[in-house]
Amino acid sequence: MKRPGTRAARRWTAALAAGASLILAVAAMAQDDRTLREIQKYRQMLQEGNPAELSEARGEELWATPRGPAKATLEQCDLGLGPGKLEGAYAQLPRYFADTGKVQDAESRLVTCMTTLQGLSYADATRGWYKANSDLEFLVTYVAGKSRGAKIEVPATRPEEADMLAVGEALFFRRSGPLDFSCATCHSQEGRRIRLQEVPDFLTSAGARSSMTQWPAYRVSQGAVWTLERRLIDCIRQMRWPEPQYLSDAVVALEVYLQNRASGGVMEAPGIKR
Amino acid sequence: MTANRLIALLLGIGTASMVGADGGDAAIERSEQVVRESFAGATPEEWKARLAQDRTQAMCSRYHNAPSTDVAASIVAEALGSIRYPEDGKLLGDWKEGEKLASIGTGGHIGKLQPDPPDRKRGGNCYACHTLAVEEVAAGNLGPSLTHYGKLRGNAPETVKYVYEKIYNAQAYLPCSLMPRFGHNGWLTPKEIADAVAFLLDPESPVNQ
Repeated sequence: MKRPGTRAARRWTAALAAGASLILAVAAMAQDDRTLREIQKYRQMLQEGNPAELSEARGEELWATPRGPAKATLEQCDLGLGPGKLEGAYAQLPRYFADTGKVQDAESRLVTCMTTLQGLSYADATRGWYKANSDLEFLVTYVAGKSRGAKIEVPATRPEEADMLAVGEALFFRRSGPLDFSCATCHSQEGRRIRLQEVPDFLTSAGARSSMTQWPAYRVSQGAVWTLERRLIDCIRQMRWPEPQYLSDAVVALEVYLQNRASGGVMEAPGIKR
Repeated sequence: MTANRLIALLLGIGTASMVGADGGDAAIERSEQVVRESFAGATPEEWKARLAQDRTQAMCSRYHNAPSTDVAASIVAEALGSIRYPEDGKLLGDWKEGEKLASIGTGGHIGKLQPDPPDRKRGGNCYACHTLAVEEVAAGNLGPSLTHYGKLRGNAPETVKYVYEKIYNAQAYLPCSLMPRFGHNGWLTPKEIADAVAFLLDPESPVNQ
């Protein structure tokens, strides 16, 4: 799974060149399905040299590096399956944690570990979460990679989780703002696109799985790995709403709703997205 | 279980059954509480303009865009009453201006991550969801194709009026339509909507070639 960085970088350069020729190809194309096929091909090429591998490797290092006032590593962090048990943990998040009394996703749980185990301040733990190369980007990518091949399993059966599932569903359909948007505006019909960008239908499990198995993902347009929170907060920004607070319940509740619908899907993250 | 949910369950079985199979009042009350907490950073003006729901938004949210006949009728009536027309009475404007609006997808983003300058031109971004001129291949399909709209329907006064009203407030004709209420929400001006009407109906417009 660990691959030499230089090899990944070489493949990435080749993929970039392919991407440039693709852009020219797209400009000349007259047919939608042909365009989508080309984008699919581009994704496949990138998948062989996903730059997110670099983030994953950085996350692995960070995980095992003593940091913060406590000079502790994150190796005792409990992501839901017990301290230090990472295999498959991401695929079962968000879930309820008794020690914090909250339903938490991978990101909020990592911040809990960084503040309690390492003694970092909240500000230090979350620094630059919205930018490329943040500690959280690296850590989330590493942790998610440890669920590759695992099935998403978020039944939301505990009362606190069921509560967040109901909230997430209500939020998914909640319309407001100057364009009357909700998540459902773009994500409740099959086979739809905004311009040429396909938008998954989260009301079907196939649609929810196609998306949720890929995050965190390397975003070609951003030149960075985006976590699921980063992605959702940007959707909300594009809806012309104010930004919800990072790690807030609104974001986690939406994740519970989406992961619940995607349950059974096999994790492939980190993926590649436009 | 929160106290709110418990009380709602004890008192609200009857009303809950009125609001659909998906949790109803209690879930909505809880989610509104979560919205207030999670968007605590929004200013009062942002809250009013961007997060507070008018009746139509609240109803369409609650019924997952599939309102009962009664609710649907009330949404349509309210929408029809909301429509304002250009001062000069011209509902068929300049298709060239309408064409520009159809392509503009920026404007109106707020927040810290990637806000637009407040004076940035807002468009209708029609191409995000509709095919219009045949030569624009990068068109979305969330809404129906509008290619040859005017060629197929002509531009008689009642057609012009319908198209204007549909863009001004789509819910006047389809309650809980996914389409933004461009005029009602003040996103586009009546003059801009008339330009968009011309883009669809003017025989010279690329939509009708």
